[in-house]
Amino acid sequence: MSASLNTRTIIVALVVAGLLLLPVYTTLSGNVFGLTVFTRIIIYALAAASLNLIMGYGGMMSFGHAAYLGIGGYAVGILAHEGIGSGFIQWPVALVASALFALVIGALSLRTRGVYFIMITLAFAQMAYYVASGLARYGGDDGLTIYKRSDFGGLIDLSNRVQFYYLCLFCLLGGIYLIWRIVNSRFGMVVQGLRSNERRMQAIGFPVNRYRLVCFVISGTICGLAGALLANNTDFVSPAAMYWTRSGDLMVMVILGGMGSLFGPVLGTIAFLLLEEALSQFTEYWALVMGPMLLLIVLFARGGIDGMLGRPRRG
Amino acid sequence: MLLVIEQFLNGLQFGLLLFLLAAGLTLVFGIMDFVNLAHGSLYMMGAYFAATFVAWTGNFILGALLALGATLLLGIVLEFVALRHLYNRDHLDHVLATFGLILFFNDAVRLIWGPAGLALPLPPWLTVPFQIMPGVYYPAYRLAIIGVALVVALLLYFVVMRTRIGMLIRAGASNREMIGALGINIKLLYTLVFGLGAALAGLAGLMQAPILTVQIGMGENILILAFVIIVIGGIGSIRGAFLAAIFVGMIDTLGRAFLPDLLRQVLSSTAASTAAPALSSMLIYLLMAIVLVVRPEGLFPAGRR
Repeated sequence: MSASLNTRTIIVALVVAGLLLLPVYTTLSGNVFGLTVFTRIIIYALAAASLNLIMGYGGMMSFGHAAYLGIGGYAVGILAHEGIGSGFIQWPVALVASALFALVIGALSLRTRGVYFIMITLAFAQMAYYVASGLARYGGDDGLTIYKRSDFGGLIDLSNRVQFYYLCLFCLLGGIYLIWRIVNSRFGMVVQGLRSNERRMQAIGFPVNRYRLVCFVISGTICGLAGALLANNTDFVSPAAMYWTRSGDLMVMVILGGMGSLFGPVLGTIAFLLLEEALSQFTEYWALVMGPMLLLIVLFARGGIDGMLGRPRRG
Repeated sequence: MLLVIEQFLNGLQFGLLLFLLAAGLTLVFGIMDFVNLAHGSLYMMGAYFAATFVAWTGNFILGALLALGATLLLGIVLEFVALRHLYNRDHLDHVLATFGLILFFNDAVRLIWGPAGLALPLPPWLTVPFQIMPGVYYPAYRLAIIGVALVVALLLYFVVMRTRIGMLIRAGASNREMIGALGINIKLLYTLVFGLGAALAGLAGLMQAPILTVQIGMGENILILAFVIIVIGGIGSIRGAFLAAIFVGMIDTLGRAFLPDLLRQVLSSTAASTAAPALSSMLIYLLMAIVLVVRPEGLFPAGRR
């Protein structure tokens, strides 16, 4: 047990160290592509980590998490389109908009459980998708090009690849630290207790849905941040960012890495996106391999990568 | 008035088509407790098989029948090889595994049939307009869809409620250990149910194919609609699926047809024409949200357990 725990800690430490040192390598070797790939990976890892907070720790299987990626992205894109380029305005708006959306759909969705919850979150995300498609002023179906990245004055230059990379990494590590603090707080204990036995927690006297809702909103807000980063990374935001397959991708990343493990989503995202990248270099039909691989992972590798590294699966 | 009748029939036709898809989904879900996201892929495969077999045999009916058989077979193979090992897992594992299947099917189709869509031409006898009332014509093919779907719905009701195999299916839904203990081969029963669901999805796909083009990803949007329907209707309830499907088909069709004009009464013309498509797409999800908030178990919950 302790030996396997060590392997896990070592691997996580190696991954974090690798991510921290990556720009040094790419600058020295001139391999800009690697930096681009990993910037994207880090942003998605932040989104997956936020999903893990409600899915892994809270037991709330949201199938509409990509909606926040779109909302955060559109907040940045629409403000930039209207001539407000300051990141000090764009980013708080992105966070507040995501939080409000999470508050509304959470309040409605949390009245249901199980598959109904999966489906209603999916339905709300699809609604957001159709709203974005209907925004004719902001590109509609075709999406919105962002001509200038968020402007943070002299603080940081988002157009500089290395600076942007470190900003994303900072957000990811900050997000994971926040989730770690939440999970180990009294609040987090209650939310995890709700996952294990809702009726008992209710009998003890906890306002069940209020705890769940707060957790849901925190998760949505973190994912909104990922959306703002993603829009800046691609200089573009489109309804496709919130299509339901994107929500599915996020779920896959979390489950692949291991639900309810702090660094699991990061490992899962790295594995999923690198695999996608590698397979698409190798063949145009990468999903032909990826699809059955997912099936095999579900069938034979329960607990995800983190589970394989020796963490016993929770019962 | 003419337009209203026509749109009404279009809504009915779309609703019945959705029912075929939702019935398979709700059967598999209600009986095996299995969430099958790949149901839309079976719908797509039905359409692709039909386009291939019709071109191959040169006969629409024969091609359609062959396609139906092929989808049934595909469903059975899929269940036998992969999905039966997932029944005692939680729903999240189902979602993940069948999400993988969607990826696989989409790329497999792209590899075999190419990225461009296919067309499924109708035979001449199905393209003539049919006079349903004096002066009111309606495409014969759409009427045929309504007829076939109604017959299949009745047949399904008869099989599930009035035959021995239907009794076993219903018994399996309420207590699978007990029916296994009584000596019924529950695994075979599940395989059959899954195959039946696949065939229904294939039927919906091949009937829809001549109206729309046969293309990759055609099953995904309609799958979400089918899920909305079974959630509104109450998971596991065929009757609920039927009523909800008609309801959703009507709202979708009538919303698309009349909402732009309605909006124009209150909004400026340009604002209405941009808002209407988004709003009519949203209507269904809005309906589902309202139903779930008011009755979290759906409108007609199947009295399971």
